[in-house]
Amino acid sequence: MAAITRAEVEHLARLARLELTEGEIDHYAEQLSAIVDAVARVSEVAAQDIPPTSHPIPVTNTFRPDVVRPGVDRDEIAAGAPAWEDDRFRVPRILGES
Amino acid sequence: MSGSTAITRMPFDQALQSFEPVLGLETHVELGTASKMFCGCATEFGGAPNTQVCPTCLGLPGSLPVVNAVAVESTIRMGLALHCDIASWCRFARKNYFYPDMPKDYQISQYDEPLCFDGYLDVVVATDDGPREFRVEIERVHMEEDTGKLTHAGGDTGRIHGADYSLVDYNRAGIPLIEIVTKPIVGAGSLAPLVARAYVTELRDLMRALGVSDVRMDQGSLRCDVNVSLAPAGEPWGTRSETKNVNSLRSVERAVRFEIERQAAVLTDGERVVQETRHFHEDTGETTPGRSKEHAEDYRYFPEPDLVPVAPSEDWIEQLRSTLPEVPSARRARLRDEWGISDLEMQTLVNAEALELVEATIAAGVDQGAARKWWTGEFTRVANEQGVALEDLRVTPAHIARVEALITDGSLTDKLARSVFEGVLAGEGDVDQVIAERGLVVVGDDSTLMSAIEQALADQPDVAEKIRGGKVQAAGAIVGAVMKATKGQADAAKVRTLLLAHLGVEE
Amino acid sequence: MAPVMDSDLVRQSAATLSAAMQAGEVTSVQVTEACLARIEEVDDKVHAFLHVDRETALATAADIDTRRAAGAELGPLAGIPLALKDVFTMRGVPTTCGSRILADWRPPYDSTVVERLRAAGVVILGKTNMDEFAMGSSTEHSGYGPTHNPWDLERIPGGSGGGSSAALAAFEAPLAMGTDTGGSIRQPAAVTGTVGVKPTYGGVSRYGLVALASSLDQAGPCARTVLDAALLHEVIAGHDPRDSTSIDAPVPDVVAAARSGDVRGMRIGLVRELGGEGYQQGVRQRFDEAVAILTDLGADVVEVSCPNFEYALGAYYLILPAEASSNLARFDGMRYGLRAGDDGDASVEEVMSRTREAGFGAEVKRRIMLGTYSLSSGYYDAYYGQAQKVRTLIARDFAAAFEQVDVLVSPTTPTTAFRLGEKLDDPLAMYLNDIATIPVNLAGNCAMSVPVGLSPEDGLPVGLQIMAPALGDDRLYRVGSALEAALVDRWGHVLTEEVPAL
Ligand SMILES: [Mg+2]
Ligand SMILES: [Zn+2]
Repeated sequence: MAAITRAEVEHLARLARLELTEGEIDHYAEQLSAIVDAVARVSEVAAQDIPPTSHPIPVTNTFRPDVVRPGVDRDEIAAGAPAWEDDRFRVPRILGES
Repeated sequence: MSGSTAITRMPFDQALQSFEPVLGLETHVELGTASKMFCGCATEFGGAPNTQVCPTCLGLPGSLPVVNAVAVESTIRMGLALHCDIASWCRFARKNYFYPDMPKDYQISQYDEPLCFDGYLDVVVATDDGPREFRVEIERVHMEEDTGKLTHAGGDTGRIHGADYSLVDYNRAGIPLIEIVTKPIVGAGSLAPLVARAYVTELRDLMRALGVSDVRMDQGSLRCDVNVSLAPAGEPWGTRSETKNVNSLRSVERAVRFEIERQAAVLTDGERVVQETRHFHEDTGETTPGRSKEHAEDYRYFPEPDLVPVAPSEDWIEQLRSTLPEVPSARRARLRDEWGISDLEMQTLVNAEALELVEATIAAGVDQGAARKWWTGEFTRVANEQGVALEDLRVTPAHIARVEALITDGSLTDKLARSVFEGVLAGEGDVDQVIAERGLVVVGDDSTLMSAIEQALADQPDVAEKIRGGKVQAAGAIVGAVMKATKGQADAAKVRTLLLAHLGVEE
Repeated sequence: MAPVMDSDLVRQSAATLSAAMQAGEVTSVQVTEACLARIEEVDDKVHAFLHVDRETALATAADIDTRRAAGAELGPLAGIPLALKDVFTMRGVPTTCGSRILADWRPPYDSTVVERLRAAGVVILGKTNMDEFAMGSSTEHSGYGPTHNPWDLERIPGGSGGGSSAALAAFEAPLAMGTDTGGSIRQPAAVTGTVGVKPTYGGVSRYGLVALASSLDQAGPCARTVLDAALLHEVIAGHDPRDSTSIDAPVPDVVAAARSGDVRGMRIGLVRELGGEGYQQGVRQRFDEAVAILTDLGADVVEVSCPNFEYALGAYYLILPAEASSNLARFDGMRYGLRAGDDGDASVEEVMSRTREAGFGAEVKRRIMLGTYSLSSGYYDAYYGQAQKVRTLIARDFAAAFEQVDVLVSPTTPTTAFRLGEKLDDPLAMYLNDIATIPVNLAGNCAMSVPVGLSPEDGLPVGLQIMAPALGDDRLYRVGSALEAALVDRWGHVLTEEVPAL
């Protein structure tokens, strides 16, 4: 039984930028445990030496010529932005550094 | 949190007696492609904010990336020049973390499958015992994309801390980057700061030689993360610090030196070095702590499903190999021979980071001796005084060519030439503008000179008589008077010639 | 056939309408107006549409009529109305993906699918409802309320593309666009008695399709007949340099295959692992009858085994949430869409978290959490890594099966449409709806659902799934149209004619 704890749920929520309520934390701890249990059957093939598939169709080397193309209209993206100032997206203050 | 906190340091030489530094350098360089890594937006520097953007580099819902072929070729060529193996099959990966300068909240990069791996770069550093070669081993070379540019507003202006909010311009988001990561560099000892600097210099020169990037450091197109740890003599490696975004050659050297001095003091005090990100401050030359790595992000890398694997064929790799130009070390040997200079003189040019500038100056028609003299003499002095790179001075090879031409035709004296460059360096304009503004032209106009000569002869009739009588050596007094009258701007030799011709006396 | 003018325009197939327009019996404006009137009449009950763009639709229709009158060469779908799933970007038209987080977003660009529909002269009526970001099998996870199944308004229309399937079954449009990540075209088709096709991965461009799980998503046609689906397939498919995963190869001739409907000598495999236990009795009965019809038509039916399909659901619910958690990271309230909790004091991290908390529904959060978990360090190898190996095994099962047979068949879904609310609080039960459709998405090949009758217990539609190898999309149409023709022959009409009056 893969028991996912409240602490793990809180950690995942922080990684995923979700401000969960107390109720949601309990709820997800329970549901995620159940779902992970159900899907954990994939580990039954664990021992086998099988190459993983990340892309369903084996295409390689899709490239684009290095050519400049017109982009989008700034007024249009400005109109869709939650906050815009001085031709730029305005975002709340940043505490951490990347 | 700027670099004003009192950080204890141990003198460099003393630190090296107890500890062996281990370096690691992660260098990001913007490739010089016309369009971005995954979309067709222009990469040109300095565009109006958010004018070089499209659905893809803005991370708009539904948009998709497509890899720029030239970026892949540039990376392979760089890998080949660094003697790397080229992966026969590799994938892009997503590095997941939230940050407002990153439109998709993940960066498309490469993770455990870099395009190029296991190479090396030989660098030369000057020591008291002459030049010493050092092999820096390369772990990997991979492709990724740049982020947007943040401007912090309000509060303590310009700084992230205390800002009320920030503004984002995504013109830079998606510009192709090449990341070059070294293996741990051990055994450099006290030369570590110089090795670090020489390595980054050599990388830069190599990129320029390959034409994959013009590496404009003033535009932040080369950024270096400097990892330093100290191993107490005879012990395994210690904990490292990672100093982010060190953006000039000189800063690389200073950051390594500072971290050695700082960590040596920490360890000597019996404390432990914290594994953390640090920031370098150009003004003080110090590093200060950033976010602690104890709360390291979990980047949740996984293969980028929107891009297909890159699988360069042998033929393609060989074709790219055939386009590799002369590597910088071979080029240095060739230029040394062409110019007929010594190893030491070449090393001086390299150390002064003047090789390219001298080469360009010679290409502009200037004699090699004069070209070297200006760059390694006058200009290096000014660059050091101002704490900037030689290439960032306002003077260009074309300026030198113009000045040298004016000296040759007698319009400028050596002394005036210095004054011209002083003006150019101060931003007063190009050579001709400075000459006009400062009124520096040699007085070469015969009629002007003649009237000055006639005036001097009239003032000193006895001397004039002596010269007419054949005492040619007396001419010096008249020439001196003319020079004085023209405030030194006349060409003395010319004055003398005109004077003797005027009096009808043979030399 | 009686002249179209005399019958109910909205009940006609796209092919019939196209022929009538070409014959000058009806105009695109008339057909479009009929659809818009039908939407006006029934969509209060069905709620298939999130947005109807009446003016643009009529303007497009008028333009097509003008061009047709001027003798312009027009494709077969010129002037035909279509309902577009709200997951495709369309410049200046609201695109919500069924999410509150994109409530007011108007994209500044067209998806490739929309571009191709426009170029073909298709009349886009509006955007259809869906489970939020295509996560669901019932359309109950829409941020804008559920869509109702026209067969029984108390039941789900399938999902995530329940708006598109319901629009077809309610005669609001003859054609619709869907996307299928684990069955979101085929399962809605099955439970509404319509036709839905998931093309080969890379067959239709994903550019401008808001991603759920990039390695699984595929856009495809939805219609009431196999031929209509083929006509739409032909318009939207083909290489697109803006999608790196787009296949640079000719599109199989799906229209010819749909017109042929000849299965004589074809080898058809029954997947032993998809059927039997857990499948509703009436679903099995209609499926078996349909297989018997195929045998009668001259196909060679055998049973094949795909032993690793039993791991498919588990692999799917690791891979999908992982990719989705990353694809949905960009909805952070910084550049577009909702921003919540920006009181001038909150940090960017807080505003991002509050925005996502406020803007995403429960299922989206659940899957983001699950995906974050399966990618996080320490779990990657056990979960995501293993799931990718399962993917390889499933592809191998398909490859082995297609050595023996030309196509595989199974029931599309284990049951007929369930009641709204019935599985809403039981995600695992909900996920089981996709058990038969998921293997195809994992392997990247193609599949179709065709209606094969009503289940005797509840009188609700049953779908049969046809699966073909990658780039074998034409085989789907060949088998689907053979079956459809035989059934229409038996019933005297297509199944949707039996939808009760709304
Ligand atoms: Mg990097
Ligand atoms: Zn772009």
